[in-house]
Amino acid sequence: MDKIKSLADLKKIRDNVQSKIELREKSENPEKSVQIKVAMATCGIAAGSKETMTYFIENLERNGIPAIVTQTGCMGYCFAEPTVEITKPGEEPVVFGHVTPHKAEEIIQKYLKNGELVEGIIPVNYNSI
Amino acid sequence: MSYNMHILVCGGTGCQASSSKTIISRMNEYLKEKNLDKEVQVIATGCFGFCEQGPIVKIMPDNTFYTQVKPDDTEEIINEHIIKGRKVSRLLYKEPEHHNPVSDSKHIEFYKKQLRIALRNCGFIDPENIEEYIAREGYTALAKCLTEMTPQEVINEIKLSGLRGRGGGGFPTGLKWEFASKYVADQKFVVCNADEGDPGAFMDRSIMEGDPHSIVEAMAICGYSIGANKGLVYIRAEYPLAIKRLRIAIKQAEDYGLLGENIFGTGFGFTIEIRYGAGAFVCGEETALIHSMEGHRGEPTTKPPFPAESGYLNKPTNVNNVETFANVPVILNKGAKWFASIGTEGSKGTKVFALAGKINNVGLIEVPMGTTLREVIYEIGGGIKNGKKFKAVQTGGPSGGCLTETHLDTPIDFDNLIKVGSMMGSGGMIVMDESDCMVAVAKFYLDFIVEESCGKCTPCRVGNKRLYEILSKITEGKGTMEDLDNLRNLSHVIKDTALCGLGQTSPNPILSTIDNFYDEFVAHIRDHRCPAGKCKALLTYHIDSQLCIGCTLCARNCPTNAIAGERKSPHFIDTEKCIKCGTCIDKCKFNAISIR
Repeated sequence: MDKIKSLADLKKIRDNVQSKIELREKSENPEKSVQIKVAMATCGIAAGSKETMTYFIENLERNGIPAIVTQTGCMGYCFAEPTVEITKPGEEPVVFGHVTPHKAEEIIQKYLKNGELVEGIIPVNYNSI
Repeated sequence: MSYNMHILVCGGTGCQASSSKTIISRMNEYLKEKNLDKEVQVIATGCFGFCEQGPIVKIMPDNTFYTQVKPDDTEEIINEHIIKGRKVSRLLYKEPEHHNPVSDSKHIEFYKKQLRIALRNCGFIDPENIEEYIAREGYTALAKCLTEMTPQEVINEIKLSGLRGRGGGGFPTGLKWEFASKYVADQKFVVCNADEGDPGAFMDRSIMEGDPHSIVEAMAICGYSIGANKGLVYIRAEYPLAIKRLRIAIKQAEDYGLLGENIFGTGFGFTIEIRYGAGAFVCGEETALIHSMEGHRGEPTTKPPFPAESGYLNKPTNVNNVETFANVPVILNKGAKWFASIGTEGSKGTKVFALAGKINNVGLIEVPMGTTLREVIYEIGGGIKNGKKFKAVQTGGPSGGCLTETHLDTPIDFDNLIKVGSMMGSGGMIVMDESDCMVAVAKFYLDFIVEESCGKCTPCRVGNKRLYEILSKITEGKGTMEDLDNLRNLSHVIKDTALCGLGQTSPNPILSTIDNFYDEFVAHIRDHRCPAGKCKALLTYHIDSQLCIGCTLCARNCPTNAIAGERKSPHFIDTEKCIKCGTCIDKCKFNAISIR
């Protein structure tokens, strides 16, 4: 490996390796990033939630949106799988249904980048403890 | 592609002892089996501090904190949590108060009041990977010092921060560096004192195991500011894991050009070597430590000359403790003002404490200076074990003192602890409950001191032995009131005349227990009674004739045949023959035997 010869070299390495621990740093303060929960029960996985989750992880990074993507159990909206719950910092969570990678792209561009709502929101009107 | 999930498993000595290594290898096997090894990364980190509940497994990004994980739990964690996204609730931590599971560490009482500066990377990064340290601003402080600051500017920044030595003395670090920088010599040395000797203290070990690069970086910074190009770490040989991780860190730093010649192209060079100690307590004293490194007997010498003038090989030497060094890079990165904004008037920043004894949450904690003992013991520590009553807390190890209920609201800092008759020491904190006898506790510490005294000066070698003998007399019920005065007088003589810090502070546990628990000493002497029921010689065993049914179980198990009695009628104990081993109490099914 090349030796670090200057401050610039150190910064270069840091920029390269930062992404490796970024996941951990963001998770320490989840409320500061966009939190995306992908329902990954049997029905979700069968409907393709795995691809949706991967799409979110890869493309949020590409768009420079700091986000924590986690999986969760069945949300109960089996008719609308894959379902995804998105919480923007300081906002109420919103649940989206039928989120294919194509829909995921729309959510990233419209909802996350510009704050516009998109089709397919599932109204959540229950309370949980 | 980067990993979607990180599984952090504690790789500190404590958790490794409860098979965290097996947990890691089994996780990697299952992940491979399930084809998830490209998506989920398993990382062995340093100590999380919550040793009571180890081994700890933390899952990111959802920040789930699993406690007391066993190798057999790994399959369930992978199947349920990683694959199906369902938390394994039986492994979540349950607060002792309400027994509800808490899923992430942020909401656990143990972590709520903590501020982790010295422990910032422990339990967060892989200590054997320099890149993870670099990603956490690692080595930027060194780069900043070498390229943008003069040595005096670095010293000024440390002085301004108010950082004081974390090894026990609390001497201002910046001032120490300045002294060493003033002496002109062809060779100077930076020494890291990793000879952690207080019983029950393990913060230095955990920092070296969890974040060894912070020590490497800080030593290089110190070298630059005092004009030394050689660093030595004096570490006890009984810390094999810390030694291994430190070696790896030094090697990686050399490979990356962060140690060696011409660092950052500035012409400054610095190398670090490790020296092993045999684990003598006195070698934590800086002059004894230096002699031990030189290959001589680990015995202290009088100061002056201070090591800053004539230390290792008679060259100017700066000795700092591990935790002190761990604070240095952060101070330079975040600024002295930031650091000085934390803590109290005279003690800035945070302090790491090792909580031990009769406390629910045994472990390593870091709190801002000025936090009260009550907050540490009851909120972070979770109170006293088994619902018993708090009696005392011993701070500062064998050189410190025992504090009582009345001191609980004292804000902890260097000066306050001295004011109430104890000291900060390296940060050991041993909590005692109502079943602990304070005379026996004082005797325990004296026993340690007698064992560890190097024998060079008479007050420490002979004086402490005499103190120990007087205390033994008292615990056997043979003490007189005159002995109490003798203890006090002799203690003061030793404090005034001993050669080094070990002897000068060794009577502290006695003085503070006599001051704070005078009645307990008197009970031993006048009433021949140990109120806590600990001192064997003062106890007698009794069989309650109302409760004894004459089953003969105790008599059959008594090793000295001290119990006699007819079958089916109450038994009795011959106190002359009884050796107070307690076997009869353990055997009796009717709670008929008691200690008085």
